[in-house]
Formats: sequence, C-alpha cells, structure tokens
Amino acid sequence: MLQVRIHGRGGQGVVTAAEMLSLAAFEQGRHAQAFPSFGSERTGAPVVAFCRIDDREIRLREPIVEPDVLIVQDPTLLHQVDVFQGLKPDGYVLINSRRDLDALGVGVILTRLRPGRAATLPATEIALEHIGRPVPNAALLGGLAALSGLVTLDAVVHAVRDTFAGPVADANVAAAGAAFAHVQRRMQETAHA
Amino acid sequence: MLRQIEGSHAVAEAVALARPEVICAYPISPQTHIVEGLGEMVKSGALAPCEFMNVESEFAAMSVAIGSSAAGARTYTATASQGLLFMAEAVYNASGLGLPIVMTVANRAIGAPINIWNDHSDSMSQRDCGWLQLFAETNQEALDLHIQAFKLGEELSMPVMVCMDGFILTHAVERVDVPAQAEVDAFLPPYEPRQVLDPAAPVSIGAMVGPEAFMEVRYIAHAKQTMALERIPQIADEFAERFGRASGGLVRPYRCEGAETIVVALGSVLGTLKDTVDELRAAGHRIGVLGIQSFRPFPLAAVRAALQEARRVVVLEKSFSVGLGGVVSTDVRMALSGIQLHGYTVVAGLGGRAITRASLARTLREAMADTLAPLTFMDLDWAIVNRQLAREAQMRRNGPIAENLLRDLGTVASKVS
Repeated sequence: MLQVRIHGRGGQGVVTAAEMLSLAAFEQGRHAQAFPSFGSERTGAPVVAFCRIDDREIRLREPIVEPDVLIVQDPTLLHQVDVFQGLKPDGYVLINSRRDLDALGVGVILTRLRPGRAATLPATEIALEHIGRPVPNAALLGGLAALSGLVTLDAVVHAVRDTFAGPVADANVAAAGAAFAHVQRRMQETAHA
Repeated sequence: MLRQIEGSHAVAEAVALARPEVICAYPISPQTHIVEGLGEMVKSGALAPCEFMNVESEFAAMSVAIGSSAAGARTYTATASQGLLFMAEAVYNASGLGLPIVMTVANRAIGAPINIWNDHSDSMSQRDCGWLQLFAETNQEALDLHIQAFKLGEELSMPVMVCMDGFILTHAVERVDVPAQAEVDAFLPPYEPRQVLDPAAPVSIGAMVGPEAFMEVRYIAHAKQTMALERIPQIADEFAERFGRASGGLVRPYRCEGAETIVVALGSVLGTLKDTVDELRAAGHRIGVLGIQSFRPFPLAAVRAALQEARRVVVLEKSFSVGLGGVVSTDVRMALSGIQLHGYTVVAGLGGRAITRASLARTLREAMADTLAPLTFMDLDWAIVNRQLAREAQMRRNGPIAENLLRDLGTVASKVS
C-alpha cells in the first residue's frame, strides 16, 4: 500500500489534491482512499489530507502516520509543523518552493532518503502563470508523477478533468504538465551532474 | 458503475436512486454534503418528481418528514449530533406513528464540549426511540444500506436510521459501485403505505392512547422490530443476489473460526480492526472480529451464536454511558447471559480521537493476556486527566474543565493524529 500525506494551508486545495490523487489512482484501476484531517479548516491554518493507494480494497481508516510520499504545499510549514513525522526512509518528498532543499534548511533531514527521492517545485509560480491563482495542487501532482512515477501524468490529467470543468480544467492540466516537465528536467540535470 | 466519489456523494446517489418524493433537511456537519448533493439533483431536475424542503431547524425537518410520510410520500432526511437531539421529540413520534422515514445519521459527538468530530454518541442517545438503526462499515455499505432501508422500513411501516461515521466515511473519497436506476427499481418497489392520509378514504393518524392500549401499541413496535430480525438478513440476501455483493444483514463475523478472543464493533472502525486482527492472527493469536450491522433491532441470538464458543469478548465502542461504561457492551452482555467468559469494554475514538492499528494491537494483546481493565479508555491522556483531578481536589474554584485541559496541552498546531 502506498500512503501519501499532503500538508498545506486552508485555501490551497490540500483536500482537493488528495482527492485528485485518489482519482488518478482510480483511473489506473487501483483502489484509493482520500480523506481530510478533519480539523476546523480555516483559510491559512495548517491542513493535512491523506491518500492511500493499493491493488486491493483499503480497509484501514487511521490517519497516515508513516507516509511513503509527502507533499508540502506551503514551505512556511516546514518550521511550524513536524511535516516529516514518520516518513519512511524509502519515501518521496516534494515541496512547493522556488528554493532548493538546502536553501530551505531541510537538505540535511532529507539525506536519509534515497538519492532522487526529494525535490522542490515552484508550484505556486507555475499555478500563477497557468491558472492565475496561487493554487499549487495540480502542479504538485504533475511534479509527483515525474518524481516518483507512482501515478502517470495521464492519470493526473484525467483526475483534474474529473474535478474541474472548462477553462479551469485546461489551466490546471497545463500547470500539471509544466510541473511534470520541470521536475523531469531537474532530475535529468541532477543525474548528469 | 464504479466511481471514485465522496461518501456523502455516494449516499446522495443512493437516496436519489430510491426515488424519494420529499426530502427535508437542515444542514449540520458532517451530514451537509449529502443533502447539498440531493438539493442539486432536485434543482437540476435529475431527481424528479421530488420536493426538496428547506426547513428552519432539525425539529422542523423531522416534523415535515412525519407529515409527508403520513401523506404517502417516500421521505428522506439526514442529520447528526445536536441536530438529532434537537429533533428528538419528533424522532420518537415518527416511530410511534409507524412512518417509514429513512434518515442518515452522519455520526458525530455530542457537546459540551462542542466537538464536530466522529463518535457514536448521537445514534446511541436515540437507541430506544423505536427506529431501526443500521450501521455502515464502508461507503459502499452506506450506499447499499440506504436502498435496503427504504425496502425494510416500508414493508414494516417503521422508520430506519442509517448510521455512518461522520468525516471518516462521509468525507472519504473512495471507490463505490453505484447501481443503475433499473436495478434499484427492480429491487425497491414504489411506496405502498400501510396507512395514509387520503381524502378519498379519510383516517386520522396520531390518536391519544391512554392506559387501556398504550402498552399494546408499544408492544407492536417491538413485535415489528422482532420481525425485522428476520427480514434484515432476507433483504441482505436478496440484495446480494441482485447486486452481487454482501451488504447489511444482522452481524458479520471475520476470522472467528476457532477464535478464543472476539472483538465486537460497529461502523468504519471494523476496517482498521480487521487489518489489526490479520496482524495478530499472523503472529499466532486466535482472534476474530464480529461486526454488528443492525444495532436496532439488536440481534441477540446472532450475537450469542457468534460469540458463545469464544473465551473472551472485547467490545470496542465509540460510545460511552457516563456513570456506567459501555453502551454496546451492555447489549452484548445481555446476548451472552448465562455464558461465562471474560468481557472487556474498550471505549475508543470519542470526539474524533484517531483509532490506530498500533493502539488496537496493544490493547488487544493486553486483553488476550487478561491484563486489560474491564473498562478501558483507549489512548486516554492520563497526565491531563490526573492534573485536573488534582486541581479539583485542591481548590474549589479551579475553573472550567475543558479550558483547563486545553491549557495543560498547550497549543496544538496541526497534529497528524
């Protein structure tokens, strides 16, 4: 079973991100369960959402305490909430930021991960460019597809189109695609460095 | 058709497939998404003919439901927590009058302290109100139970509550198989009331009944619930035959073959429990799970049959009778009267406290070693409890308890669990 935890702030589409990820997995014929952390969600307050993906029915209903994948939608949370709590050593981390992991001060923490398993992505900037609003969730899912291959970009695009309609869907699809390309490019650069 | 949707949305689809003629509701978390979904379907014309009535309170919602059901309309509403309490008088009237209303209760704690999260206090507070109470383990089961509930309730002319865990199920997006309209139509015939306000054949409904017949009217309600003990498994079988999956029924055993220890529970925690029991079985423990799907009527015989070979029974419940202990436990104990075994009550998950595999495994291992307290509060924070009890002992004016405990905890930012 793959367990994904998404941290962000109220208004950033954290719950929608988990739901879209579950839809992407569903598109790929898998079982998936997405759920919010049920806090009193206020705009700007720390919010957590979860997604489990498996090839069989998912019965477990506990919050995800040992994630395989961590998505951080807002880097200002890094020093407020213990976002890395329980992260598995073979896990993946994707953080929404223009800065790299070392500049964010989390490079050392993430050295325990396998190489190529952690990345940053300027998802807010990508969202502003394509969507015109600072909603980084679709871009982060596109980035996750590139970083981990755990879901395909195609499935993410399907999920975005199931969630949104018309120009909003098109804009989010464009953001996901741009983020996918960005992470892929960065990974190739690192591999050749 | 397989769909990846929110639990509330799945229930809205199920209710719409049952072709209700009147839906009345007052919004309250975590039920709101269900009636919002239905409201959209009525407005768009996808669900027709159906009247959606916005009401000013839960008391009004149940009152409208009583009126429309008595007028012969298939009627649905949904509520939770304080909303269920606010409609309580009308809830008793609906069952006392024998009106087959179907209501979702998106289970949530009852205040004070105010708390919007999940436990079973709301449904349990109404366990004696005369409604049938069915509990869903998954969103698929919640969807299926609503379709079964209309059939069951209308056959008996009794109202049915479908209870599903608030947030844990209502707000979870997962795979559900949504049946086609024709399939549901073939399973659920149009509503044929056993009593109806019909100008062509006038009756009055709601007579005052004195000592001469009150007990008898109440007894008939009990007799009907007893009949439901037979009909619930039959309807579940018929549903399984038609839709190809097991949903509902009275009880559902899991890995109970040769089990020395059986854990009894209701609702969505059964999933986490089954995963925990798989781990414990793999470690060589003879342990199983008994899920109760029908809490009212309470299946005394089925529970007894499932548990009588065990040496130890643990009732895990999200409800709590202050001053006594377990709520479900009391009924399970009644089912086991005359049988000698070790019995434990584990109260867990109150007010949304996460029920984890790790805590369950630890608690069940203690039960299997017979070192567990007969009444255990799983993951209770004894430090803040004891600090407050000490304050209570030391000074008279020590302040409000909830505020004191929160202060002891400090600011909780965004805890994962």
